Amino acid sequence: MTMFSSRNWREYPHRYRLEATKFTKSGKTYFPKRMVDPVTGDTEQEMVTLPETGKVITYTIIQIAPPQWGDQAPYALAVVELTDGTRLMAQMTDCDTTKVKIGMEVRIEFRKIQAEADHGVISYGYKFVPKWY
Amino acid sequence: MREVCVVGVGMSKWGEVWRQSLRCLHTEAALNAIKNAGVDHLDSMYVGCMTSGLFVGQEHLASLLTDYMGMPGLPATRVESACASGGLAVRSAFIEVASGISDIVMASGVEKMTDCSGDEATDALAAAADQEYEVFHGATFPGLYAMMAHVHMAQYGTTRDMLSAVAVKNHNNGSMNPDAQYPFKVTKERVESSVMVANPLRILDCSPITDGAAAVIVTTVDIAKKLGKPYIKILGSGIGTDTIQLAQRDDMATIKAATIAAAGAFKMAGKKIGDMQFAEVHDCFTIAEIMVAESIGKYKPGKAGPAFLAGESALDGAFPINSSGGLKSKGHPVGATGVAQVVEVYKQLTGQAEKGRQIPNSPKIAMAQNMGGSGGSSVVHILEVA
Repeated sequence: MTMFSSRNWREYPHRYRLEATKFTKSGKTYFPKRMVDPVTGDTEQEMVTLPETGKVITYTIIQIAPPQWGDQAPYALAVVELTDGTRLMAQMTDCDTTKVKIGMEVRIEFRKIQAEADHGVISYGYKFVPKWY
Repeated sequence: MREVCVVGVGMSKWGEVWRQSLRCLHTEAALNAIKNAGVDHLDSMYVGCMTSGLFVGQEHLASLLTDYMGMPGLPATRVESACASGGLAVRSAFIEVASGISDIVMASGVEKMTDCSGDEATDALAAAADQEYEVFHGATFPGLYAMMAHVHMAQYGTTRDMLSAVAVKNHNNGSMNPDAQYPFKVTKERVESSVMVANPLRILDCSPITDGAAAVIVTTVDIAKKLGKPYIKILGSGIGTDTIQLAQRDDMATIKAATIAAAGAFKMAGKKIGDMQFAEVHDCFTIAEIMVAESIGKYKPGKAGPAFLAGESALDGAFPINSSGGLKSKGHPVGATGVAQVVEVYKQLTGQAEKGRQIPNSPKIAMAQNMGGSGGSSVVHILEVA
């Protein structure tokens, strides 16, 4: 799918700065940002920035990849729970994919995610790396 | 609400059907269903299709398909809920007949998946996941179910053996189904040596890319009796949704949308899971059959896998699951799957399943569970033979 620049930069607050929504009533943080708390229906909120460390809740190793990532396969993809309880999905990088495990401690780094062939948009965002790396 | 039933069913050829286009596949299934039911007209039609726009560049299906069925002008609606689009078409037809708006409604489903490259098909299917927060990061559908599988294994000790048992059993059932795309048996060893797609899921844990269509005629019990054809009642219909992003779910080892859909269908039917004698469920991946069997309440979390290993879900087991071969062996033309599940339940409840595949002791009541994406939606129907 063609990546239009507006579609890409619209997500910068999430992908570049890890901006999330914290709802007043529940105190719960959601990423990406939402207008309504799905549990309480609350709309009163503040913008918070996500913590940058957490642990792997689940993972897989993508062996057969979509074309944009064909030259990176196999790569690990994980759902991580950050120290504030927020969960998000991203690729694991700078690690031996065979060593990825549930419970592994990771931190977030800013990385290139994908590039369209030749003259297309280059998209950046977050990936997970082992905490000790 | 009026009593509603299914009085006739039809299928197109399923598989890599290079000689037939989307409109041909749908017309074949629709005409088969109309002939099978013996109806002389339809009042309206609902067609389920996930993403013909991405697969073949064709939208506006309701008009195109009624025209090619030889019924231009027929009130028709296309419905979409990813891979649960077919189930949603059945539900929509059920509601229209139950409400008294129409008397004879066709529910159909279609997907033409091989008129594009494998990469394009992967992109099209990924439209059912969260584009900005899953697909953007390199997630694939096998990858999402693989992540659910790892949680299930960690929480409940689910094993490779249990996943393999699902594939072996469904291919055994499908080997006796003339409509199946892959009507061959597989051994545990073959499943476990097949190529890894997304750990821990191998290619023989995955349902295939399929061209195909299915249709059922939904009408009132009074009309079905006049037609003099075998019919089954739709006792209950339920639908549920959940966040499509896996990461946003509290428990990734259960499918909440299926739990909600099943509860809704049981409540409407005045039945409970213990009343069901068999089920067609959405085994897009082997782990999905295990998770769905638990999510609809048939087994406690972590207990479906061991029960499957003990043979409970086999054709002659205590609770047969996917007598058709399931998505795994029969094939998975996404929009058609939910309708084809009802076709299978109809054949089983009216004693018309093929030799070797008929569930013993003439079952009377069953359920069909259809699912969208990685569990972002689900539709359940409870069906009973009159």
